[in-house]
Amino acid sequence: MDGNRRDFLKLAGLTALGATGVTAVRATADNAPAADPHGEPSTDGVRLAMVIDLRKFVKDDRLAKKCIEACHVAHNVPDFGADPKNEVKWIWTEPFETAFHSQEFHFIREDLKEKPTLLLCNHCDNPPCTRVCPTEATWKRESDGIVMMDWHRCIGCRYCVVACPYGSRSFNWKDPRQAIDDPTTEYPTRMRGVVEKCTFCEERLARGQQPACVEACDNDELVFGDLNDPSSKVRQLLTERMAIRRKPGLGTQPEVYYIIDDPRTLQEVAPAAVVEVPEGGDDA
Amino acid sequence: MLEKALTGSRTYWTWIFFLLVIIGAGAACWYWQFHTGLTITGLSRDVVWGFYIAQFTFLVGVAASAVMVVLPYYLHNYKAFGKMTILGEFLAIAAVIMCMLFIFVDMGMPIRIFNVFLHPTPHSMMFWDTVALGGYLVLNILISRVSLSSERRGEPPPKWIKPIIILSIPWAVSIHTVTAFLYAGLAARPFWLTAILAPRFLASAFAAGPALLILLALVVRRISNFDPGKEAINKLAEIVTYAMILNVFFVLMELFTALYSDIPEHVYHFQFLFLGLEGNTTLAPWMWLSVLLAVVSLVILINPVTRRTETTLVVGCIAVFGSLWIDKGLGMVIAGFVPNPLGEVVQYAPTAPELTISLAIYAIGLLIVTGLYKIALEVRGQMRTE
Amino acid sequence: MYDAGKIIVGIVVFVALATSPLWFNAVTAETPEAPKLQLPTNGSTECVESTEYMRAQHMDLLNQWRETVVRTGQRDYVSTTSGKVYDMSLSRTCMNCHTSKTKFCDACHTYMAVSPYCWDCHVEPKEAN
Repeated sequence: MDGNRRDFLKLAGLTALGATGVTAVRATADNAPAADPHGEPSTDGVRLAMVIDLRKFVKDDRLAKKCIEACHVAHNVPDFGADPKNEVKWIWTEPFETAFHSQEFHFIREDLKEKPTLLLCNHCDNPPCTRVCPTEATWKRESDGIVMMDWHRCIGCRYCVVACPYGSRSFNWKDPRQAIDDPTTEYPTRMRGVVEKCTFCEERLARGQQPACVEACDNDELVFGDLNDPSSKVRQLLTERMAIRRKPGLGTQPEVYYIIDDPRTLQEVAPAAVVEVPEGGDDA
Repeated sequence: MLEKALTGSRTYWTWIFFLLVIIGAGAACWYWQFHTGLTITGLSRDVVWGFYIAQFTFLVGVAASAVMVVLPYYLHNYKAFGKMTILGEFLAIAAVIMCMLFIFVDMGMPIRIFNVFLHPTPHSMMFWDTVALGGYLVLNILISRVSLSSERRGEPPPKWIKPIIILSIPWAVSIHTVTAFLYAGLAARPFWLTAILAPRFLASAFAAGPALLILLALVVRRISNFDPGKEAINKLAEIVTYAMILNVFFVLMELFTALYSDIPEHVYHFQFLFLGLEGNTTLAPWMWLSVLLAVVSLVILINPVTRRTETTLVVGCIAVFGSLWIDKGLGMVIAGFVPNPLGEVVQYAPTAPELTISLAIYAIGLLIVTGLYKIALEVRGQMRTE
Repeated sequence: MYDAGKIIVGIVVFVALATSPLWFNAVTAETPEAPKLQLPTNGSTECVESTEYMRAQHMDLLNQWRETVVRTGQRDYVSTTSGKVYDMSLSRTCMNCHTSKTKFCDACHTYMAVSPYCWDCHVEPKEAN
């Protein structure tokens, strides 16, 4: 190649580089701020959480299935049957001892061990999944704490799936439409190649409705609300009941709580140990 | 200079054709994967990263290893490496391109790859990995081009390339460190959550990469008039030896922490790898092979007589490369997912299309190495006239 | 220049091939019909914005909608034409009136040979056949 042609190509290359560089710099300016890394519950605004009253779930998993069905139908979640390879699920059940497997319940009664425990995205206050996403296709909403998904932006790298300590996220290994019987027009499906998970029904919340799984319950088995509102049901429940969260030691601050016991049952055995409990508490 | 890769002997073109056939097969499989989805791989809801990402992880190490020739030559004036640096840099270019290809074929939405640049996310290590790898590719292309074209003109390279070469040294270390950071900061995966992951990555990279470089240099010497020189080979072999010793030491450190503390969520992953868990023993034979190869390699490499004898050195280098490829390219990534976050043991094995696509990417890497080495040899007038 | 004959012939051939759609259409005297759009059958005569605006800008509008809805959670769109408030949704707002994808959306898209991938995810109303 003679000098002139080479110089021209060098110039063209540098120009192209400059043009893309400007775009990249501009794009940086639009970047939303990163999630708060310190895991302190934010007392500003709304902090949405769910309380699952495990005491109300019995070995017969009919209720749990109702919740799952409500969610998966409302959101066009594909059903690939018992195929663990392509499985997509936003909410599902595991036996209690699997859901809390780092607690080892060696002597627990069989029906308690097997109790169907609903698992879903915990919408952590300090989510590791949003920290790793290279495009902010998943992020934590400052306004209400929901860990949101942007299916237009997701590149399907599955880093968020890797980072989630709870196995809450699913990837679309193939076209989900082939496994949805009758998609509802109320909500889009996703396409093959993106990660999906529960979004706390943010589209229903925007219309003033409760999440689909919560609505499927008839006796406060699932309760949903704002933890920052001292008068909310979730807040009251968590003040009065013993509730645990999954893998609390990791610092993720999950916002799905599981009620496993009620201090009021201690009333009979050790009344002195029980703190004064307000009247008119709801219960099964 | 690129045109020098377009002329060659019958052997040259037969080799190129062979690589193109493999690449064609892989391209066809990838086309199928692009339209059907990643379901054609062995990946599943629990094992979301597998063979592709494992190859990426291994090859970042090979790419970084160019620093093991660049550093002594440019920073410490170790003249014996003079003829080797271009081979190292060209290997790095091929390795980085293979890394990028492995990422590309692993993505669910590869057409959206530019989102990583349109929406840069500094709190994500994957963003920094993209920056680091891209920068390293540019650096190596620039450095190799400038030094080779200066060599062709019979002139010393321009002064401004020196600081760029020096920059490539910490940059090489950083590409593998940031790749380790992809894994080592995840609370969800206790197998990877270890401070020693980045040092381990670097040690295994600096053993496997130079081992491959030795093998490539000897192959090139066989088919051309190029001779790296006994001293260069011996010094590289010493580097491989120390790096391998360090790597094995780091692995033993990990085993101690996991097994002595006896914390189940740390023990289980090692148990899965070496003994199998709940009937899933897929990786156990591979891991023990890796151990065997590591022992063989150390026996050969630590003994100066066998290290300096070329036939045994070749065996040693193959053993090092094989052992570390199994360690990083099979064991490390998959074991992070078994057991899964719910404590369940899950299966994974790559499928035939997955392996075909991977083989094709390796063939692309070999194609790039072939073409670039051909250019270097032509420039130096060292092609064998047949 | 070297090989001037071959190069000039090559350039002519290339230009001819590259412009072939233009002169091919000019020569085969078929005037393609403008796409026929089936307007809403539910009695609605007012769209989110004016027809001219929608014709030129509906892609940008939908892009703006999807960014706003997904990334800010805001779902209310105030029409610049009428001031009415609409729910920013392809399936629930647009296709509530434009119920037939094949007879409305596809009519122009096919004509223009574009294939927007909206409906890979967003569910279109079932065609009433």
